[in-house]
Amino acid sequence: MAAIEEGGGGGHKGPGVKKAKKLSTRVDMTPMVDLGFLLITFFIFSTTMAQPTAMQLIMPKDTEKPEEQTKVKASGALTIMLGKKDGLYYYEGDDPTKIQATDYKKIRDVIIQKKKNTKPEDFVVVIKPNDESNYQNVVAILDEMSINEVKKFAMVNISPVENELLVATEKANGI
Amino acid sequence: MTAFVDVSFLILTFFILATKFKPDEPVEVKFPSSVSADKIPEMDAFLITIDKDGRVFVQMDDPNARKSIAENLNETRNLGLTPANIKSFTNSPSIGVPFAGLKNLLAMEPEQQKNVRQPGIPVPDSTGGELYYWIRDAKSTYAGKKVSWLIKADDATKYPVIKNVLEAFKRNDINKFQLVTKFRDAPIGTPLWNTRQNQIGAGKK
Repeated sequence: MAAIEEGGGGGHKGPGVKKAKKLSTRVDMTPMVDLGFLLITFFIFSTTMAQPTAMQLIMPKDTEKPEEQTKVKASGALTIMLGKKDGLYYYEGDDPTKIQATDYKKIRDVIIQKKKNTKPEDFVVVIKPNDESNYQNVVAILDEMSINEVKKFAMVNISPVENELLVATEKANGI
Repeated sequence: MTAFVDVSFLILTFFILATKFKPDEPVEVKFPSSVSADKIPEMDAFLITIDKDGRVFVQMDDPNARKSIAENLNETRNLGLTPANIKSFTNSPSIGVPFAGLKNLLAMEPEQQKNVRQPGIPVPDSTGGELYYWIRDAKSTYAGKKVSWLIKADDATKYPVIKNVLEAFKRNDINKFQLVTKFRDAPIGTPLWNTRQNQIGAGKK
């Protein structure tokens, strides 16, 4: 009476009923991968990997009073002068006429030699960039101070006499 | 394919997490390298950027500091800035114009500000020029905090400009700076290299 007829009663499906097709679970991933790579590219280009570092520079306070100024023994002083076109010149002691030309590779040996030959408490490097030198030179020479662990160094304005000698040396060397 | 996607998404995740966006820069500066390994402090930094033509820019991270500096300068230098100008100043991270041109610059739309060629803050001689006043007001704004005074200059910047900038700091009694550089290793065999090797050795023990 109330029973619903179920496909022939025999349990097997009739000819009109289709077997449910098993759907594939695989999705087309190509658009997703495309988007993924787009994002990778974007982040690669917008990122800054190498963080800049900071070099500490401490300058002395300007003072007019002679008793506050640091005295430098001539025997322990090495003066390095920076000229144009990456030129580098130095002299030892307090006689600027003994000026010698060098470069950024050889200066390390000069500093190490001088450091070896002087008492540590007397050793001081005086850096005098002239108006033609550039920032890269200044940083390179300050860097040389930390590479060679020079404890005492000073950045000083170049005197007119020294500048003249420097320019004369540059001329003699054809720079 | 699946493995490939896995790897690519791993890389993607890495870059998303590791990324730090390049900050807005007024000019492109190729700074020199040094052996110093100290990190640049992130907060409370006052940055002076000098490009290869010697144009000087100031940059401050903190918008509050920018606002208070703008108000200070407006008062002390009679710039005649309107509140809208000061708001614009608060939103622009870097400034490189003389005081006389500041009002004009700030009246522009932010997009225009980026595109206009700024002449740089005048630092004509060892008196420090207008930069002296910038630093003075920055110093009073940051009073009581530990500020890092950063200088970022191009390789090709001439030394006299650097000297004048340093002079502007010195006149404000600031003698400690940090120069922005790229890291490079200390050359092998030098005293610094030896010291660092010893430190590494001591750390392992």
